[in-house]
Amino acid sequence: MASVCFYFQVHQPYRLRRYTIFDSDADYFDEYHNKQIIHKVAEKCYLPANKLILDLIRKYEGRFKVAYSCTGVLIEQLEQYAPEVMSTFYALADTGSVEFLAETYYHSLAFLHSRKEFAEQVSLHCDLIEHHFKQRPSVFRNTELIYNNDLAAFVAQMGYRGILVEGADHILGYRSPNFLYHPPGNPNTTLLLKNYRLSDDIAFRFSQRSWAEWPLTSEKFADWVHQVNGNGYTVNLFMDYETFGEHQWADTGIFTFLEHLPERIFDHPDDDFKTPSELVQTHQPSGELDVPYMISWADTERDLSAWLGNAMQSNALYELYRLEQQVKDSHDDDILRDWRKLQTSDHFYYMCTKYFADGDVHKYFNPYESPYDSYINFMNVLDNLRARLR
Amino acid sequence: MKILMLGWEFPPYISGGLGTACYGLTKGMSQIGAQVLFVLPRPAGGQGGSRIQILSPSDLQAINAASADIPADMPNVTIKAVDALLQPYTGQAQHARHLADLQAIHQAGQPAGGHQPADFVDLPPSAVHYHGDLLKEVRRYAQLVANLAGEHSFDIIHAHDWMTYPAGIALARATQKPLVVHIHSTEFDRSGKHVNQAVYDIERQGMHAADHVIAVSHLTKSICTARYGIPADKIEVVYNAILNGYQPLNGQRVTIAKGEKIVLFLGRITMQKGPEYFLAAAKKVLGVMENVKFIMAGSGDMTRRSIELAAAMGIGHKVLFPGFLRGQDVEKVYRMADLYVMPSVSEPFGIAPLEAMSNDVPVIISKQSGVSELLTHVLSVDFWDIDEMANKIVAVLRHPPLQATLRQHGSFEVRKLSWQDSAQQCIRVYQSVLSARPNSPAEPLANPA
Repeated sequence: MASVCFYFQVHQPYRLRRYTIFDSDADYFDEYHNKQIIHKVAEKCYLPANKLILDLIRKYEGRFKVAYSCTGVLIEQLEQYAPEVMSTFYALADTGSVEFLAETYYHSLAFLHSRKEFAEQVSLHCDLIEHHFKQRPSVFRNTELIYNNDLAAFVAQMGYRGILVEGADHILGYRSPNFLYHPPGNPNTTLLLKNYRLSDDIAFRFSQRSWAEWPLTSEKFADWVHQVNGNGYTVNLFMDYETFGEHQWADTGIFTFLEHLPERIFDHPDDDFKTPSELVQTHQPSGELDVPYMISWADTERDLSAWLGNAMQSNALYELYRLEQQVKDSHDDDILRDWRKLQTSDHFYYMCTKYFADGDVHKYFNPYESPYDSYINFMNVLDNLRARLR
Repeated sequence: MKILMLGWEFPPYISGGLGTACYGLTKGMSQIGAQVLFVLPRPAGGQGGSRIQILSPSDLQAINAASADIPADMPNVTIKAVDALLQPYTGQAQHARHLADLQAIHQAGQPAGGHQPADFVDLPPSAVHYHGDLLKEVRRYAQLVANLAGEHSFDIIHAHDWMTYPAGIALARATQKPLVVHIHSTEFDRSGKHVNQAVYDIERQGMHAADHVIAVSHLTKSICTARYGIPADKIEVVYNAILNGYQPLNGQRVTIAKGEKIVLFLGRITMQKGPEYFLAAAKKVLGVMENVKFIMAGSGDMTRRSIELAAAMGIGHKVLFPGFLRGQDVEKVYRMADLYVMPSVSEPFGIAPLEAMSNDVPVIISKQSGVSELLTHVLSVDFWDIDEMANKIVAVLRHPPLQATLRQHGSFEVRKLSWQDSAQQCIRVYQSVLSARPNSPAEPLANPA
């Protein structure tokens, strides 16, 4: 039998307002645009997608199930700007067929710079999820699926039983992402690998008319899933939630595709849907997966170069985390929150100079004309934050 | 294909970007195998000679000996110089001196050259901002060029900027060859709202008479359509480039004083180049940073006013005016600079930022420049937004990683630009113009590279 394991990433950063060297107030964030973007994405994606998924769960009486990872900064913004979306997430949580995963509250790169900060953010996030959805996450996903052996060891020690990992070719080699694995020396922690081919068929290629398989129908996709039988037991489909309605607009037929997918999957009596923690409970890891260096799900490189690829990015991150002790010693909650909001990985993604000239996915809701503008703005804000610590 | 080009300046006799652009384009043409006959006014004050002088590439090399960075390896190019004084940015006194030089040469018994008055060269009688004699010179150049009609064979005429348009029109009528005019700048860029009607008329006449128009940017193209009534499909945008193999300096960086940062303005100090916005931003920068000096290199009709303005703002001791720089001095000043700023109010293209980038200097350019359409690894600002200009200047000076990233990506970006590509685009324009004429089918290139 083959299971489909859906996990959707739900995240929006607090984008910074234009902040020059001549500004001196402590209002760093662009409330107007952040609100506007939340409204837009809520209308095009969160509301219709949540409704559809709720309908499907009810229709199939719990046999259809999914997992979400909602960042803390997203939940804060939804509460503030679009509380109606929060109530649809509550409804989803109440069905018992929806799992919420753990991650860093601020969708940060903290693991790379401060284990202490990382642990604090993960626990903040779990508290938030438990508070809203009445379940404590047991499976962890790091920002942008950034992962290596060290992360596995650290997260396992924090008590998580499963971790989501990018199923990159250069990690898996001949092995298939359709099995579960465990990190070296730790058979009790389960690694769930993203099937990036099938995930990207939905997330990126769905509306690509030049693609040989276009148009992608639910039947065709369900057949591809079924073919996994004999070479694995799960198809992990990990993607941004904005795939539905925002990256792929409604008129591409993406909602119709999702609507009919469960039916087509159930056409094969052995196939079903499972959440990450169900997979962890059902299967023993099939082998060890050694990931000595950092990987992620970003770009074709699947490495850290989207956030740490140039001197500006490493400098900005270094300068930011250098303030950690001072920020925490200040015992000023406003400063702590502002410092943490600045950790959101998007700020560093905007500074990426890879493919800058081509215009691509890096431009998605990017408020800056150039990576240089984004660095300058960020450093001006950081300057002010530093001044507040004196 | 043989191209007759009409220019008004060519290295080493240049006052700005036009000569650099003509040189680069001609070299690019030569490298892809096109034959170019480049006709330019011979600067007065040189050795005497015939009225029309043909310079071989080795003669050109002799002229260029003074500036060693300009090679003369252009096998397919012939340079022709005719006596006319096309130097629009010299002052009245200097112009009179050149004119006297020319007259002295002619009185020394040069043959008249047998040129008849070319009555089809229609020029307005006088101009206000450009000294009156300049328009006379433009007309004289047109007559001299028209006389070339029978002497050389060529397929197409390519005229660079307004001073050569009357010559281009005259030659095109005399030879029935197609005319392409190349807009490196318009009167609106140079003079803002105080447009010289006579110059505007010549530009308009040139663009309308031409078979096709080449503009150095989309910005310039839009001016040609909006202000000169040229249909958009008659205009092709061909960007300028920078010479291949341009050698950035490896030498030690030079500083004025230890720890002192240097921000550079390099160009004509005229309204068009936005010197007062540079000074206003400098004042703001100095409000938050101490150890910065601003160099305004160049000359122009706003030099004096800029010096006075700097003094009046109380930043006179922080702004240096070294005057017009050439050759090695330009390289030296780039070597000193931490940042190059081009705050132009209106810049059809702007080659200087490319030179700064190939000298490993980060650049800030105005969004009101053609080159900003082309470059991504630069900082760009609206010329009027002095807060943002100052904000970016401070950021570059304060954050070495920003400088490093701009340098690293900028030098890659600028190396991708090639005059051969620009030349190739011009050739495509010629081919389409020639094939549109039933009796003169386009010739293939003699020896494509």
